[in-house]
Amino acid sequence: MIDLLNAIVALANFVIVPAIVYGSQLALGALGVTLIYGILRFSNFAHGDTMAFGAMVTILATWGLQSLGINLGVFPTALLALPIGIAGTALLVLATDRLVYKFYREQKAAPVILVIVSMGVMFIMNGLVRFIIGPDDQRFADGARFIITARDFKEKTGLSEGLAIKSTAALTVVVAIIVVILLFWFLNKTRTGKSMRAFSDNEDLALLSGINPERVVMITWIIVAALATTAGVLYGLDKSFKPFTYFSLLLPIFASAIVGGLGNPLGAIAGGFVIAFSEVTVTYAFKKVAGYLLPEAWEPDSLVQLLSTDYKFAVSFAILVIVLLFKPTGLFQGKSI
Amino acid sequence: MTLLPRDIILFFVVFGLIAATGFFQSWNVALGIVNMGLISAIMALGVNMQWGYAGLFNIGVMGFVALGGLGAVLVAMPPVNEAWAAGGLRVIAALLLGIATVIAAHQAMRRLPKGRTKVFVVLAILIVGFFIYRAVLDPATAAIEKVNPAATGYLGGLGLPVLFSWPVGALFAAGAAWLIGKTALGLRSDYLAIATLGIAEIVIAMMKNEDWLSRGVKNVIGIPRPVPYEIDLQNDPFFVARMTSWGFDPVTASSITVKLAYSGLFIIVLIILLWLSQAALASPWGRMMRAIRDNEDAAEAMGKDVTARHLQIFILGSAVCGLAGAMMATLDGQLTPGTYQPLRFTFLIWVMVIVGGSGNNFGSVLGGFLIWYLWVMVEPFGLTFIQFITSGMADGYWLKAHLLESAAHMRLLTMGLILLLVLRFSPRGLIPER
Repeated sequence: MIDLLNAIVALANFVIVPAIVYGSQLALGALGVTLIYGILRFSNFAHGDTMAFGAMVTILATWGLQSLGINLGVFPTALLALPIGIAGTALLVLATDRLVYKFYREQKAAPVILVIVSMGVMFIMNGLVRFIIGPDDQRFADGARFIITARDFKEKTGLSEGLAIKSTAALTVVVAIIVVILLFWFLNKTRTGKSMRAFSDNEDLALLSGINPERVVMITWIIVAALATTAGVLYGLDKSFKPFTYFSLLLPIFASAIVGGLGNPLGAIAGGFVIAFSEVTVTYAFKKVAGYLLPEAWEPDSLVQLLSTDYKFAVSFAILVIVLLFKPTGLFQGKSI
Repeated sequence: MTLLPRDIILFFVVFGLIAATGFFQSWNVALGIVNMGLISAIMALGVNMQWGYAGLFNIGVMGFVALGGLGAVLVAMPPVNEAWAAGGLRVIAALLLGIATVIAAHQAMRRLPKGRTKVFVVLAILIVGFFIYRAVLDPATAAIEKVNPAATGYLGGLGLPVLFSWPVGALFAAGAAWLIGKTALGLRSDYLAIATLGIAEIVIAMMKNEDWLSRGVKNVIGIPRPVPYEIDLQNDPFFVARMTSWGFDPVTASSITVKLAYSGLFIIVLIILLWLSQAALASPWGRMMRAIRDNEDAAEAMGKDVTARHLQIFILGSAVCGLAGAMMATLDGQLTPGTYQPLRFTFLIWVMVIVGGSGNNFGSVLGGFLIWYLWVMVEPFGLTFIQFITSGMADGYWLKAHLLESAAHMRLLTMGLILLLVLRFSPRGLIPER
């Protein structure tokens, strides 16, 4: 019985908690991608770098606040700087839209042209971030490190396995839940949100019923900036901030959005968790868990790790291909243009 | 499909820029740009086949280039006999088992009737096969990686002349492209793009991780060259006498000779490829490709097999990228999986194709040279520019120090700006499709 509990705790500590946290981050990222796809109708390759830019502005603001001696006690100061980061990113993406994307929207350019344009934007944003903050690792998390440390957990429960929950992990999940609730409330209950969904479902009908497309586009970009910045900051708090990592998040984020069904917000969240859970499960070494569960004679010698952690992209990719082969529009009904 | 005077002038401008580097800076740098420019031009030709001829959106160029580099290692490096003795046959057996598993699963998927049994059987074959594969492979790789890990720790190659690796690199890339194409080409363009992006990351992860194959992040260095070594030239009395009599410093002359030899080899490859691509584009096959690109439905209604043609061009274009990858590993004399980054090896090639003019082979070649020149030169230019801007600021002022330090990142900004400007004001590129 104790062995079973130990196995569950080990599994929770190394698989379930990290996967939930990573899944929340992916879900927020994928929501941004899916919104752009639904309303602006292209795959935005600059999304990873938008996240990096948002996180960067937030980090700079955090440093500013810290130097003024302002902090939030047990919470990371970055939370206070988040609105500044969102505002900065919103300005940047709105300027990008006005200077770059608007032209192609008016031309009714093919989606693939917009994708290539977003590649150019990606280069510029990537360069901007490196130019301003440099390509190196930046740590900006402060406040309490842990809610429960592994040692406390062991002392309190008497189990030999510990369960550590970082405060950033809990924060990620809580913030993600709040953001998702706000987003769905906005999309389903407010007039603007409804007009956005109408625009996404049928552009011509929406235009006929007097919806102002430029306003819808503007609000979409602002929401996307907020989602991307929040996702970027949470990821940076939980792991660390490095511009290149954000770029390589592009693959799991797109995989999440596509697996869930591009253009479908609910799908993006589900996709984020599907990808995160499979990545973490497949690359986790199950030796410990198996050691508790199996009788001693069966105990494995190897790590019981299906794939080394370097192959996590392979997992995102495999899930993506499998889902696309069996459900071409994703788990939830996505759209295709 | 011939060159207009305007296009020839553009080529002269680009070569003039590179020559200016030679006159004002050093011929070594200029020839370095020419050699990588030649390789970039070949990569751009490959991407242009996929995008320009057929409208396929492949952003996994990096993976194919890396596979070509792997080809260079597996062909040209001397075999490590102890490693082969330690586990070579076992690795081959494991790989065969892996392939057998995939084939069995594929057959089961095709043969069995639809339903729950089928899913169960296919999954069972895959899972059991995977564990058997790992059980056979793991001890072998551990044994191989133990053989003198500081110097080898991998199986090595075949020890053949490195020039053979060029077609082999192309074949590797073609094989990977066939696999991807079979699974992903039926998908929509965005999905294909993400799929290729994923494959490229997996190829790099494999090369970083499978030490028995490619030494992983320990890198393979000293791939044998197809041209003489500088040091041999410098020790060759005939070469030294000849160069001194012409009034050159033998050391500089030796490195320039080596670079020129590479350029010669690369130019031969580029001319052959360019000739082949031009001939293909002008042939009925090329017209069919463009017809498919411009209207898939109409082409299909005319009885063209769109999926098969897409697969064909996807394999061809990827093979060209693999060839370029093998050439690049030959030029560098090493394979360093850690340096393969999508911005440099996928998206930069895309900038070359778009700026040069998608659908035009000469445009891709021009774009390859021009963008590579800029990629190299933006850094020194950017530094000069920033020094000029900051010249009014006091020394030691934080902004000045920061700006000077960040000048190195100007190149990404510049590339993005060039891409956006070309897309906006000259969307058909410098040498448009005609």
